[in-house]
Amino acid sequence: MSAGRSPRTLRAIQGIALNTFREAIRDRILYLLLVFALVLIGVSRALSQLTVGSEEKIVKDLGLSAISIFGVLTAVFLGVSLVFKEVDKRTIFTLLANPVRRWHFIVGKYLGLLVVLTMNVVLMTAVLAAILVGESVVAMLPAVALILVELALITAWAILFSCFTNPILAAVGTIAVYVVGHMSWSFELLKNRIPSGWTSVVCDVLYWVLPNLSLLDIKAEVVHGVAVPASTMGLAVLYGLTYSCVVLIVACAVFERRDFN
Amino acid sequence: MDGPDTIPPVFLEGVTKTFRGHLGIGRTVAVDGLSLSTEPGEIFGLVGPNGAGKTTTLKMMLGLIRADRGEVRLLGRPPSDPTARERIGFLPENPYFYDYLTAQEFLDFYGRLKGMGAAARRTRVGEQLERVGLARHGGTALRKFSKGMIQRLGLAQAILDDPELLILDEPMSGLDPVGRREVRDIILSFRAAGRAVFFSSHILQDAELICDRVGILRGGKLKSVGRLDSLISRQVRWFEVAVQGAVPEMPGVESLSSSGSETLVRVPDVETLTRLLASAQQSGGKVLSVWPSRETLEDLFMKEVAEPPGEDAR
Repeated sequence: MSAGRSPRTLRAIQGIALNTFREAIRDRILYLLLVFALVLIGVSRALSQLTVGSEEKIVKDLGLSAISIFGVLTAVFLGVSLVFKEVDKRTIFTLLANPVRRWHFIVGKYLGLLVVLTMNVVLMTAVLAAILVGESVVAMLPAVALILVELALITAWAILFSCFTNPILAAVGTIAVYVVGHMSWSFELLKNRIPSGWTSVVCDVLYWVLPNLSLLDIKAEVVHGVAVPASTMGLAVLYGLTYSCVVLIVACAVFERRDFN
Repeated sequence: MDGPDTIPPVFLEGVTKTFRGHLGIGRTVAVDGLSLSTEPGEIFGLVGPNGAGKTTTLKMMLGLIRADRGEVRLLGRPPSDPTARERIGFLPENPYFYDYLTAQEFLDFYGRLKGMGAAARRTRVGEQLERVGLARHGGTALRKFSKGMIQRLGLAQAILDDPELLILDEPMSGLDPVGRREVRDIILSFRAAGRAVFFSSHILQDAELICDRVGILRGGKLKSVGRLDSLISRQVRWFEVAVQGAVPEMPGVESLSSSGSETLVRVPDVETLTRLLASAQQSGGKVLSVWPSRETLEDLFMKEVAEPPGEDAR
């Protein structure tokens, strides 16, 4: 019975990640979003003809935005039902009856979806690079890398929501985190304009709890050829990955406490 | 200290689970102070009507639901310990599996979850598909499987790694008579190999055919538990005799039904039966059949669950 065992944790997480990957790549919504993104990147060349002298910037701007937005939509649409579907369809019963810890399940699901998102981003970047043929695409890569970090962070939130609510509420919550995360600077601004009191405390809490996604957005700098220091990049990556880990730990804790009736 | 051969595969002591209603209003006691213990190498059947708490009990055993009170042990370990779960196989009631996977991919996935290596998975997946009669459907997507095929595949994943304890929730559900027979054979082969089986069912004939011991659950409480031969009297309670022609009048003989020249009567004992057979022969009648009626698990079950609700009011 114990023949051929390898480290159990790794094998369980690998198995769950592979299953999540298979589920995602056999889901039509993935292809629908991907086609939309690729079409948008493709027509960016035509749209760039509307301006004089900034064609490359238009293509880069539209292309990077498409990669980011469609990446986030994929993370949200697939991520919010990852856990919910397993519970709703009761596949979780047989899965957790195996020698699998609950956090293995959450981490496996997360990693499986990240692989899908990474493949998507690589594909979209390749199409963008093909359109920008002859022009430097290497300069775009830091922005693409931070888009991936942002997707890792958004996916963690989607999974956290999926652990305790239905896909619709989870999607609303995740998109709200994404939108507010890009405007987190406004909490600081608001705090300075209102008298101190409980609203000021709320602004402070939201500022520190919600992600600061503007730290991961260097699309404008890349499009306009502004150099981004390696230290800024490094800190942004560290911030994004650390934040994702914390959200994932919270998701594991929430999932650990659940009863599956 | 218990050795591996004496550790109860399933041990429940005072296990209680209460569910709260929506918004925390109201509560339902699903399982109430349940205590039972199974023995290595036995088939134990937990029977009870719908809503008796069978599935909740199984889920607590697997750690899918946490008991409010009491102790749950599988193979001597708490269900939260993955090492307990690495030696068990589980089939839920009306299973639903990933319909985007093929049968082979599905079993391979569960093989990974059980910690099996690639070579072991390759061998065992083929063997188990063969064993449950799905060898020709290994490459078929599960969305094309019938309910019965899904049930068989579920059983294949449960026995994939040759577990020491097989836990089955309504394993005969959705199966045709052939499928039920095959599942019974698999369960019996597990016992023959010294493995333990714990299953819940409301199909009493299946439980009666294969169980060494049964527990009758009602309203979350264990009403009876024990070996079938100690719970059910195997003595003949009466005889049912089908007679063609005139049935002699005799004390204790009760007519049950009649159709044309055939009459079905209930005869209380062997002496009366002997006299009835002789008398029928003398009067030119013909005895078509004699059927001894013994107590069945169903009789016991009906007796236990027919008690007034106040008996186990919670």
